[in-house]
Amino acid sequence: MSEVPRFWRESKHRYRLVGTRCENCGNLYFPPRDICPTCRRESINKMKEEELSGEGEVYSYTVVHDGLEQFKMQVPYIIAIIKTKEGPLITGQIVDCNPDDVKIGSQVKSTLRKVRTEGKSGIIQYGYKFILK
Amino acid sequence: MSSIVSYGSYVPRYRIRAEEIARVWGEDPENIKGGLMIYSKSVPGPDEDVLTISAEAGKNAIKRTDVSKKTIGAIFVGSESHPYAVKPTASILVEALGLPNDIHSADYEFACKAGTAAIQNVMGLVDSGMIENGMAIGADTSQGAPGDALEYSASAGGTAFIIGKKGIAEINKTYSFTTDTPDFWRREGEKYPSHGGRFTGEPAYFKHVLTGAKRMMEMQGTKPEDYDYAVFHQPNGKFPTRAAKMLGFKDEQVKDGLLTPYIGNTYSSSMIIGLSAILDKAEPGDRILAVAFGSGAGSDAFDITVNDSIKSYKRDRAPGVMEQINRPIWIDYANYVKYRGKIIMRGE
Repeated sequence: MSEVPRFWRESKHRYRLVGTRCENCGNLYFPPRDICPTCRRESINKMKEEELSGEGEVYSYTVVHDGLEQFKMQVPYIIAIIKTKEGPLITGQIVDCNPDDVKIGSQVKSTLRKVRTEGKSGIIQYGYKFILK
Repeated sequence: MSSIVSYGSYVPRYRIRAEEIARVWGEDPENIKGGLMIYSKSVPGPDEDVLTISAEAGKNAIKRTDVSKKTIGAIFVGSESHPYAVKPTASILVEALGLPNDIHSADYEFACKAGTAAIQNVMGLVDSGMIENGMAIGADTSQGAPGDALEYSASAGGTAFIIGKKGIAEINKTYSFTTDTPDFWRREGEKYPSHGGRFTGEPAYFKHVLTGAKRMMEMQGTKPEDYDYAVFHQPNGKFPTRAAKMLGFKDEQVKDGLLTPYIGNTYSSSMIIGLSAILDKAEPGDRILAVAFGSGAGSDAFDITVNDSIKSYKRDRAPGVMEQINRPIWIDYANYVKYRGKIIMRGE
């Protein structure tokens, strides 16, 4: 089944790291949330979109040697948890480097890349990845 | 006339040397390095295409200016390697760059001068008062057939310009010259382009580039010595070097914009990434002659004067062209063909 509608709904968040901030408690969420899990009903109509800077540091990472078919061209590749400057932890790929170049605490910034494609004729899904600064 | 408000470029980090390509095809690398003046070229990563390259170039242009994204009323993207045959690259960029949805957008194609065609169209909208500012991008991930001479040059990169009324460099005039010249083409559905070998020289590149430059200087009443910099389309290092000499320009006027020897021919970004490298070091009052060429064939010439605003312009908010060129990740031919999708995988 095509993932077009789901991908389309999330494209703004995937392209530009748009999260949501609860104007009741000030917490920032990525991926975005419609309701703040802390303030719950108090946050209704108070969740505002906010773009993250894309800057952060490596919180943890792993090197994938047996990847999914779609990522065969990129093996071995790095999947990391990034602690963003604004706070939220984001899981993403670190590209344009050797696995040996990555350390916990390495400074990174986001970049827009192809994440996957739906076969030869389906849509191309773009989204955030990270590169070393 | 309109002016350059901001600019930004992006060069993928992967590179392959001419020696490595020559090794695989049994050729003498000195013929390529000496004859074509190409020492290495950029290669897009396996997850990079014209959209991602355009987005990075566009982001760099936006970072360097305090002009609000809300004032950008047009985005045009010139390329011969748009990711989709039908689905505009420009439409994805509107969302990826966070531009307003009230915007004129379109993709352009004119071989290697689609980026300058985009600049001219934005200029028209600015000068007519239809928009305040507009973005024009030239980007490509060009392909050469395995073993073809083009494989040494066809590379990847992109450059974005924000054009508006008040900027850092005035575009004093632009002029275009077009003829029906079949020097280079790619038929619908074909993966690799075809070209006319030596026919790409005199009747195509030189006729159009020299006419564009000469007509511009005639109209402006200028001579080569009136320009601090000159930059021409650069399918290799040899052609623009020879064109500059034929026009009467000296090496020091063209060296800063001549990048193909190190990153290859970035096609729709080829001349404008050279212009971007010149703007990285330009001073107030510097005058630049810039001529793009697109096979098929045509040329777009620009006469540009840098103004005082470049002093307060925030160039250091984004990496310059040379900074990006000087951080290569070298790859061999095997990884090159893997990244460029030249290996037939199971099920294909």
